[in-house]
Amino acid sequence: MFITAGIIWMPACPGMLPDMLKIENLHATVADKEILKGLSLEINAGEIHAIMGPNGAGKSTLTYTLGGRPGYEVTSGTATFDGRDLFDMAPNERAAAGLFLGFQYPVEIPGVSNVQFLREALNAQRKWRGEEPLSGGDFLKRARTQADAMGMHMDMMKRPVNVGFSGGEKKRNEMVQMGILDPKLAILDETDSGLDIDALRVVGDGINRIMRKPDKAVLLITHYQRLLDYVQPDFVHVLAAGRIVKSGGPELALELEREGYAEIAA
Amino acid sequence: MSALPTRRDEAWRYADLQAVAKLWPLAAPEQLVLAEGEAATRHLVLDTDAGAADIRQITINLAKGAKFSFQLLVMGGHYGRVELDVTLHEGADFDLGAVILGNGDQTLEIITTVTHAEPNATSNQVIRAVLAERSTGTYLGKVAVARGAQKTDSAQSFKAMLIDRTATANAKPELEIFADDVKCAHGAAIGELDAMSLFYLESRGLTPADAKRLMLQAFVAGVFDGAAAEDVLQAAALQKLGEMVR
Ligand SMILES: Nc1ncnc2c1ncn2[C@@H]1O[C@H](COP(=O)(O)OP(=O)(O)O)[C@@H](O)[C@H]1O
Ligand SMILES: [Mg+2]
Repeated sequence: MFITAGIIWMPACPGMLPDMLKIENLHATVADKEILKGLSLEINAGEIHAIMGPNGAGKSTLTYTLGGRPGYEVTSGTATFDGRDLFDMAPNERAAAGLFLGFQYPVEIPGVSNVQFLREALNAQRKWRGEEPLSGGDFLKRARTQADAMGMHMDMMKRPVNVGFSGGEKKRNEMVQMGILDPKLAILDETDSGLDIDALRVVGDGINRIMRKPDKAVLLITHYQRLLDYVQPDFVHVLAAGRIVKSGGPELALELEREGYAEIAA
Repeated sequence: MSALPTRRDEAWRYADLQAVAKLWPLAAPEQLVLAEGEAATRHLVLDTDAGAADIRQITINLAKGAKFSFQLLVMGGHYGRVELDVTLHEGADFDLGAVILGNGDQTLEIITTVTHAEPNATSNQVIRAVLAERSTGTYLGKVAVARGAQKTDSAQSFKAMLIDRTATANAKPELEIFADDVKCAHGAAIGELDAMSLFYLESRGLTPADAKRLMLQAFVAGVFDGAAAEDVLQAAALQKLGEMVR
């Protein structure tokens, strides 16, 4: 045997692994304005995809549309998530089915405690899946493990959701939530924005630790190459004017960084 | 009591006058007197049976240096009304924490008249209303500062959250000030739950009803914080909130 490294990472083999997410010809409007204009994308279990694109390309719109945010209206096209019709499910059902959204701007919710809401959320997901609720003790253990891994104090986890958190703390809190909820597919919208280099490493490690597994997948949405140094994607796509205009391997991200979006997307 | 009130009576403008007529004439208001330096707390949950009506009138007299803290939860009945008429003497203190929770066709009202009769008294009123469906919630709060009642410190804060566009909140803080060295703060705000916050909570797996309940709980929770009857009040409020967001 020639196994020298501790982990062998097998890039996905199409045909062997089932589709995790399949988006076909998606058109979506926000405030009656068409933003997504025929977007298609296929992600298999075990894969990490990156979507890059200029500001205003529709990256966050794609995130919100897949998450089911009110006001983001699908006008045509389909999306299948783990064998289910994604657009047929309410946002909380999408979460229970294993979808996690990492928000570009995590919301502050005064008066609602992080751990209290996460425990309720996790148990609501489990109920939807026909699983037993997690006890208070087991939940706290899980929360502590995830918080520790992201360098977050439990005190912060007990505070109201994101209130008074710095930009970096909000993004780390998103990763703690992802660790606790343990989704199948994470769509992370500019999780790297507002992070300094140390926080970027912590967040990148978190994504790898939680999501780099054969039965999970990630869609990383980012403006810059730098997160991709820590979380290496299997595929890179360029989103421009509401469509995927180019796809390739990790080298595409470097090319984009070098040449700019204008060149590539043209 | 006097003649049946009409719409033209400012204090009855938003009342359910049909319900009022059935209760008329009202019994004499309950009298509550605190002696000099005395301190007391009290809570009232107006949890009238569905379809029924109830009006409570309480006259409160606080002697020199007396302290009274009142927690009020108005949530039951087709029509519910609590009237407080408070008089503060030298250095007395009145604290009101009130929550109105309405749904269906309920009309729920809190009417306060707080008179600072002498100097150095303080009053603080915090009222939160959550209104669903076709319910109406009203807070009419009058603060009167008598001539010579210097160093009066009085605050009123009313905030309402409308769960449905068909619900109504009325707020009318009224100041009548005859002294010059006084501090009277008042504020009223009517809003809706933040849609982005609800989506954030739902994106983590909470049902829409649970997401709303959590946010509403946060909205009213502070009012009863630290009260002697906090557990009873929070539990009653939580139960009603649960029914309201179903
Ligand atoms: N709530 C909204 N109302 C109106 N237009 C919007 C809204 N959200 C996004 N847009 C528009 O949609 C386009 C794509 O925005 P967005 O998805 O945020 O882009 P990106 O995340 O790639 O920067 C932009 O032109 C933006 O102005
Ligand atoms: Mg964006």
